[in-house]
Amino acid sequence: MTAQTIIQSLASGLLMGLLYGLIAVGLALIFGLMDVVNFAHGEFLMIAMYATFFLFAFFAIDPLLSAPLVAAALFVFGAVAYLLIVRFAVRAKANAGMVQIFSTFGLAIVMRGLAQYFFTPDYRSVTHSWLGGKTVSIGGIFLPEPQLIGAAVAIAAFGGLYFFINRTDFGRALEATREDAGAVALVGIDKNRVFALGWGLGAALVGLAGAIMSIFFYIYPDVGASFALIAYVTVALGGFGSVFGAFAGGIIVGLVEASTALLLPPSLKAVGIYAVYLLVVFVRPRGLFGSM
Amino acid sequence: MDTDFARSRRRDLIVAFCLAAIAAVVPLFVKDVYVQNIMVLTLMWGALSQSWNILSGYCGQISLGHALYFGIGAYTTALLFTKFGVLPWFGMIGGGVISAIIAMALGYPCFRLRGHYFVIATIVIAEIGLLLFHNWDWAGAALGIDIPVRGDSWLKFQFTRSKLPYFYFALALACVAWFVTWWLEDSKWGYWWRAVKDNPDAAESLGVVVFNSKMGAAAVSAFLVAVGGSFYAQFVSYIDPESVMGFQFSLLMALPAVLGGIGTLWGPMLGAVILIPLTELTRSFIGGSGRGVDLIVYGGLIIAISLARPQGLVGLFTPKREEAAR
Repeated sequence: MTAQTIIQSLASGLLMGLLYGLIAVGLALIFGLMDVVNFAHGEFLMIAMYATFFLFAFFAIDPLLSAPLVAAALFVFGAVAYLLIVRFAVRAKANAGMVQIFSTFGLAIVMRGLAQYFFTPDYRSVTHSWLGGKTVSIGGIFLPEPQLIGAAVAIAAFGGLYFFINRTDFGRALEATREDAGAVALVGIDKNRVFALGWGLGAALVGLAGAIMSIFFYIYPDVGASFALIAYVTVALGGFGSVFGAFAGGIIVGLVEASTALLLPPSLKAVGIYAVYLLVVFVRPRGLFGSM
Repeated sequence: MDTDFARSRRRDLIVAFCLAAIAAVVPLFVKDVYVQNIMVLTLMWGALSQSWNILSGYCGQISLGHALYFGIGAYTTALLFTKFGVLPWFGMIGGGVISAIIAMALGYPCFRLRGHYFVIATIVIAEIGLLLFHNWDWAGAALGIDIPVRGDSWLKFQFTRSKLPYFYFALALACVAWFVTWWLEDSKWGYWWRAVKDNPDAAESLGVVVFNSKMGAAAVSAFLVAVGGSFYAQFVSYIDPESVMGFQFSLLMALPAVLGGIGTLWGPMLGAVILIPLTELTRSFIGGSGRGVDLIVYGGLIIAISLARPQGLVGLFTPKREEAAR
């Protein structure tokens, strides 16, 4: 193993890690807002990938162009999912935790079923996009263009989210609701509207990730499941509810995955991620940046 | 209230005995193999969910990684039988003991975690187990293990001619899981678990040994689930990592309890009696096309039931007065 290979894998790991962070940040946002883990997060990613694929297949729109469209569509989808399902799950007085897990998990199963019904279980891929298959060489390290753009989009999205939360009225309402959902009602903020907005935003972020990922991953009804588990680990590693934690967690997960792939057979690369998660929470039960 | 509680416990036991007796007679009249198969699966999932409920329902430590114990039970039995010719009965006990030890070893660090951190740790640990078995050549790796037919007897726990013996074992397993739950409900552990579930800090301050009682729940729960896994291996006679340790098994174990009523004595069995036949029927009648309609119906049901009756269906059968007494 040469230094070249190590740097090469770590660089690829970093790029992938930023994408993991982008997938996870929506989850972290929703959790921070209302303490709910969306167990259909992977399926949100899956429909974003399908949406990108169909825009490409029917209208020849390149994934890079359709990414904003897909994000907007996912925004609506996330808000509707909140209003139709999650809104009622949060109200449950008995077993609130299990009701949230199983209502969003039920949604995941329905979405997978619908994808199988309408799109068939076949593997699909976006062929010949603008970026597909191209690489850039920086100092002897080869980086695939789609992943580079993905990382750039992820960084831009984090920046945008930071700006949104800290500088806009809606962002302030979001932050206030997150701190005290009961009190905001007294100052005339509609809690449900803010929660719906949070779900829309969370879904839009994963929509962005899905659009980019459709360039270099196969698309099939179960594609979300494996990424969803990585997203949960990413969020928990960073600390539930911390948007910054999800960003940092993503980078760590990407680097750990790349290093594991150097040391263990490729089929075991996820073991490294899981082991690091366990190590971190055994030492710090609230994740790296989680608060008590 | 105390006498009421004792009376309702006695009544639970009598009702359970009657139901088990009725269940034991049913397959003598229902000879259809397809229906018998569904009955075996219903009892098995009922037993598994009942065992899961001990740790996750009564003690409040929600595990979505119980597939690990199920898989260990299945693999221990299958490996001992195919590699060394050890009778499945020993594999069953061995798998149960190994699972209980592993559950306690994992509980040692994990029980410090709370809420979602704990849930995700259980998922992740089961997932690591799955990946390891996937890569373990001696245990058949991804191809799994074909359990050869070596006879048709209770001794070898293989039955080729009829499903009835499997049915009676599954019934016995369900009864044992139910009875263990019933027995623990009114034991020192049972009270500790409820205290730990309601408020771990308060329980600790009142002298409840929180950690030890969680360990006890984990061990009992894992042992029973592993016995279920070992039964499953003999029943289907072919196992691979995905089919005994996949994440869906962990969920399938939790679902009946959630549906019927988590942390209740009757919830898991009630949930299994409703859910498993429904799953099997939707799968064979509308899932045959392979187009996911069964998933849509199944997922829709999960959403509807968890939103409409968060406390589970078991409350529908409990008179108001007794509910208040509990």
